[in-house]
Amino acid sequence: MSLDATNERPQATRRNVSDLQQSTQGMVKPVPFCGGGFVHSRHRFIAPLLFVVLVILWEIGSQTGFISNIALPAPSEAAGAMSDLFETGMIWKHLSASLYRLVVGWSLGSLIGVFVGLAIALFSLVRAGVSPFISALFPIPKIALLPLFIIWFGIGEGSKVATILFGVFFPTVIATYGGVDNVDRNLIRMGQSFGLSWMSIVRKIIIPGALPAILSGFRISASIAIILLVAAEMIGAEYGIGAYILMAGALFATDQLIAGVAMLSVLGLTVGWLISRAERMLLSWRA
Amino acid sequence: MELILDHVSHSYGDVEVLSDISLSVGSGEIVCIVGPSGCGKSTLLRILGGLEKPDAGAALIAGDPPSDSLNPLTYVFQDFALLPWRTVEGNISLVLEDHSVRKDKARAIIDDVLARTKLSEFANAWPRQLSGGMKQRVAIARALSVNPAVMLMDEPLSALDSQTRELLMDDLIELWGQVGFSACYITHNLAEAVRLGHRIVMLSRRPGQIREIVDIDIPLNERIDFPAETAAIQRRLWEAMRDEARAADRELSDVA
Repeated sequence: MSLDATNERPQATRRNVSDLQQSTQGMVKPVPFCGGGFVHSRHRFIAPLLFVVLVILWEIGSQTGFISNIALPAPSEAAGAMSDLFETGMIWKHLSASLYRLVVGWSLGSLIGVFVGLAIALFSLVRAGVSPFISALFPIPKIALLPLFIIWFGIGEGSKVATILFGVFFPTVIATYGGVDNVDRNLIRMGQSFGLSWMSIVRKIIIPGALPAILSGFRISASIAIILLVAAEMIGAEYGIGAYILMAGALFATDQLIAGVAMLSVLGLTVGWLISRAERMLLSWRA
Repeated sequence: MELILDHVSHSYGDVEVLSDISLSVGSGEIVCIVGPSGCGKSTLLRILGGLEKPDAGAALIAGDPPSDSLNPLTYVFQDFALLPWRTVEGNISLVLEDHSVRKDKARAIIDDVLARTKLSEFANAWPRQLSGGMKQRVAIARALSVNPAVMLMDEPLSALDSQTRELLMDDLIELWGQVGFSACYITHNLAEAVRLGHRIVMLSRRPGQIREIVDIDIPLNERIDFPAETAAIQRRLWEAMRDEARAADRELSDVA
């Protein structure tokens, strides 16, 4: 039947709603809608607003004495400690020391982790030999090994970087080889059938295919790196956000403690934002 | 060049999937292989292209492939197998890069195959933006770019809706008129086989054996004008296959 035929349909077969209502004496109702909810919509300003409201409530609680000053310092006091840091210029010393450890430890750990992960995924001999070790060593808290790291790498920067490096290494390995394992086999078979070299298949098919998993691994490993930073700066660190927090903790200077923790949060947010940027850039094909 | 299967048998573990199959694909010829599901059609194609080794017998190449053929045996996959992180153009250049075809020469080949498959305006589109039919056109363009001696097509239209399938069949026939490619075309759709095949090879249920070979003399581009003849062939094939298909449908399977 052609499309025009529908236009020639006899009028008699059409009924409009008002006719229906008359003939069935008001029994016509709309089908009840039950498809609402469970869908996410974007609310850009909710999180900052909630944050501001919480801080204001906290401040009011502290001012009125509802929250004891010993239990939790007022936000204004923490802000004071923060501005002290800026005035004395100490913030840059702490920040640069921490960033150095973080950047070096995380980059090296990720780099080695990606390589080892690729090796495990690509060579069955490496997988058989190395992956049990990875499973055995991953759950060890790297903080427990800190004394060993100090003996091996010295009390200076070496042991601190090593703690972060090892903490980052294992999740990166697991994310990488999990990602490679999930690359569509058919794409690899396609590469082989077109006579692509082994190196081309790895470079053009396997690594781009594993990239989403590797990047989400980075997100986790970056948080682990920040957690371990504080642990690593527990011993023999003069400067660093972790050292600052620990010193504040030892002196029960809770205002400084809160200021330090806030710095860590900002660091975490910044890293998360950077990885989101990287994802948007490298995975633009996904959209 | 002629691609030959010589008494090929193959098993997965205890399950025999192919038994003593011999056939050949001559140049400029489209050989359609039909059979009930699970009869080893895909295995047969993998053996033909060298992705799998048969337990007995061999896949052979008689004569040399044309000298300008970069990849004599080239697959077209049912699920297209396009890299989602490369554009239409990038997916085609992928298979040229490794044959050290670059710059201007690659450009010329890409433009040519895109024009042939009517994709010129989509050169910079991402696979995710394309419909199924367009994706398969890209995959066909990619296969043509390496100038294959034989195209190995594994149910290339099965993932598409029936309208798109019709359109692509017309395009394939037109393309064959231009390029005269040879192909081994696997399908479970008898209508496709009757439209596109110079020869139709029917396999039996597992273990796959050749049950019947039908040659169709009507030229590809004229088949649409002989509906009665093609329908008769299709009907005859279906009569022969129906019981097998029914039995295959009721079979438990452990083979992927």
